[in-house]
Amino acid sequence: MVNIEIDGKKIHAREGSMVIEAADDAGINIPRFCYHKKLSIAANCRMCLVEVEKAAKPLPACATPVTDGMKVFTRSTKAVTAQKGVMEFLLINHPLDCPICDQGGECELQDVALTYGSDVSRYAESKRVLANKDFGPLIGGDMTRCIHCTRCVRFGTEIAGIGEMGTIGRGEHMEIGTFVQYSLGSELSGNIIDLCPVGALTSKPFRYVARAWELVQRDSVAPHDCVGSNIHVHVKHDRVVRVVPREHEEINETWLSDRDRFSYEGLNSAERVQVPMIKVEGEWQESDWETALQRAVDGLKQVGSDDIGALASPVSTLEELYLLQKLMREIGCGNIDHRLKQTDFSDQEEAPAFPWLGQAISDLERNDAVLLIGADVTRDQPIIGHRLRKAALGGGKVSSVNPAGFSYHFSCLASLVSTNMLEELIAIAKALLDKSAKTAPEGFAALGESVAVTEVHGQIAESLLKGRSTSVLMGEATINDARFSAMRSIATLIAALSDSRPGYLPAGGNGAGAWQAGALPHRKAGGRPASVNGKSIAQMLASDMKAYLLLNSEPEADCADTGAAREAMEKAQFVVSLSPYSSEAVMAYADVILPVSPFTETSGTFVNAEGRWQSFAGVVSPLGDSRPAWKVLRVLGNLFNCDGFDFIESSEVLAELSAEVGEISTDNSGSWRCPESLGSAVEYCTPPAYAGDGIVRRADSLQAVARTRV
Amino acid sequence: MNTISNYIKSLFLIELMKGLILTGRYLFKRKITVQYPEEKTPMSPRFRGLHAQRRYANGEERCIACKLCEAVCPALAITIDMEEREDGSRRTTRYDIDLTKCIFCGFCEESCPVDAIVETRHFEYYGDVREDLYMTKEKLLAHGDKFEKQIAADRAADAKYR
Repeated sequence: MVNIEIDGKKIHAREGSMVIEAADDAGINIPRFCYHKKLSIAANCRMCLVEVEKAAKPLPACATPVTDGMKVFTRSTKAVTAQKGVMEFLLINHPLDCPICDQGGECELQDVALTYGSDVSRYAESKRVLANKDFGPLIGGDMTRCIHCTRCVRFGTEIAGIGEMGTIGRGEHMEIGTFVQYSLGSELSGNIIDLCPVGALTSKPFRYVARAWELVQRDSVAPHDCVGSNIHVHVKHDRVVRVVPREHEEINETWLSDRDRFSYEGLNSAERVQVPMIKVEGEWQESDWETALQRAVDGLKQVGSDDIGALASPVSTLEELYLLQKLMREIGCGNIDHRLKQTDFSDQEEAPAFPWLGQAISDLERNDAVLLIGADVTRDQPIIGHRLRKAALGGGKVSSVNPAGFSYHFSCLASLVSTNMLEELIAIAKALLDKSAKTAPEGFAALGESVAVTEVHGQIAESLLKGRSTSVLMGEATINDARFSAMRSIATLIAALSDSRPGYLPAGGNGAGAWQAGALPHRKAGGRPASVNGKSIAQMLASDMKAYLLLNSEPEADCADTGAAREAMEKAQFVVSLSPYSSEAVMAYADVILPVSPFTETSGTFVNAEGRWQSFAGVVSPLGDSRPAWKVLRVLGNLFNCDGFDFIESSEVLAELSAEVGEISTDNSGSWRCPESLGSAVEYCTPPAYAGDGIVRRADSLQAVARTRV
Repeated sequence: MNTISNYIKSLFLIELMKGLILTGRYLFKRKITVQYPEEKTPMSPRFRGLHAQRRYANGEERCIACKLCEAVCPALAITIDMEEREDGSRRTTRYDIDLTKCIFCGFCEESCPVDAIVETRHFEYYGDVREDLYMTKEKLLAHGDKFEKQIAADRAADAKYR
């Protein structure tokens, strides 16, 4: 620690830190444009010039390291004159279009110009004008407004890992742009909107929708991936109009994935159902809650409790999932599942109490070696991908075994692409056995006899053995694979042989939570075995269930085999859909549609991949007559005359659940079960982009991006 | 002595005469009463009467939906909705001024960066129903079109003081 003085205030600053960091920590404001705490230092805007004692000229605070006894003046005549001079230069080419600029009211340049700018311009020459640039459906580029801070360029190379943006030309002719006309492909591209200190890069879906001062900012948690990114939801007239990241150093830092940022468009979709609907003699009718709920109960009562199947989406909240399984189990039915895309359930009894990351998200970047198995982290969990990128940049060795060539934005030690991932994993395990003194478990030697170990397998094994902190992570492509149980066994074996942490990247925003809440056929809340073993989703769809209860799920789009799922729904004699949306397909197979609230309109809790429970409140009121799903399930419980459904607030549901979950086991390694055979190659079909859940599927701008990727 | 003078004054009604002389003088002076509505008082170009929305000479509406007037309005009388028009420009889809709320402070005109919303000399309007006093974008533009000459002249006259 060094002692410095800023504006007469004595400060202990970390050695090697910059003056601007010390000032920020002490709450002293220094104007800046190019400096951002998460990006490298460029010192090209010169706005943060400050006076330093014994320095001949003003120095940029962002690029001046603190030294012991340093005296800094940020408001002295010398500093302010320098800052005003810089401001005048920056404003030379900046257009005066604040009234039509979306950044107006939340613009860093506007704020700083108010303090340091002059009210009259001395510049009479012509201003520089640039053509607008097209960066794709998400980001609007009004390049005339650009002040060349290069935050977006540095973000691209340092954080997003794709050098998509760059600068062309020098001085007055300098331009920010992409190489040829090219839309941004990074999953984190939306962050440059937040980074841009002016209105050069703005959100296209938000274009001319609202002014910053009209918005009310409320806190929430993003539901689309297992990261559980913290978000601020911006609300205007009780309608969600924008989502921006909420800083949380341990989860999403200051970033947000495009999916979490732009999915809000789906919340205002025309497909939202606003009143309960019932089908009477093949015709849909709008109804009231009492009639619709009674009809749902009557219909479900008509079929035997064994013939009802409940399918919940892993984007449902913990409370909803808990009440759903409680309701189903109360009426004597164990057929509940949230693993909509999973296909192999043969080892579900040995599965961990809840599949999770095996470590904190922030610990990912401290891994020395990581083996990714069927994990498209860059697309599926961009924030996890970013953490792994940090690990890779810090010297960590990331290797991958994937069914298709997933493109990562960091360099890998080895990337194995095989339609038979199991074989590759066995080869890695064999290499590990060769290099370590450990003994193979029962049956492994026979299984792996015909598998050839190549040099690459050896390299991966060595990286896992040598690293002090290592992980083996299974992604969605593994979890949804037809031979998941076999791969899980081998992956856990690899982890055990190399002392790595086995981890999962569960699907949906609440995949880990759904396991804890007991939305499973074989386990109750807290991972305790269920008294009646119900059917898994695959068994349900195969066995002609007579009735279905759907929670936030659209099987015709959510399930692994969408065609079979739709057929099963159509065959069922009674289907109740608790969903914010209806669609042509839902209208065709459902009998009752109970409109429930998406995550912005209900209170709830999500459990992210690191097992963190994050509760949030509703940010807007439920649209039309729709109601939070936990309330609907509570009333359904009452109508079924079940005990223990007298909740008044969702916090009571949460309290009951957390008491039931208690101290849940965090052991991620299952027991060893030798796979029966090597099996054959399975053709892998890359799931379409932005199709994970109903909200994302209805976000128009994201769908426009998805179309560009085909 | 004083008693005598007071006696004479009251006897000959001097005070009364003085008053009548003053009244009589005004009887023959030039009259200042304005015979409204036949006659009207002169008006300042800064008069703040009924609002109007202006257009450019080519017929394009001036308003760019920046919402500054809505933000500055102390009576919250202005409501604006906006959109991106087909040509990509920022335009209002709704621009309402509730005259029953408006206090005619002129802040909207002062805040407008493009001189779109103005307050005109026109103050003789009435409403049979509340709705008549709710100015919509169409009404405001029509009003602006009708008085554009006067509005432009008034802005020009006041330009050097702005």
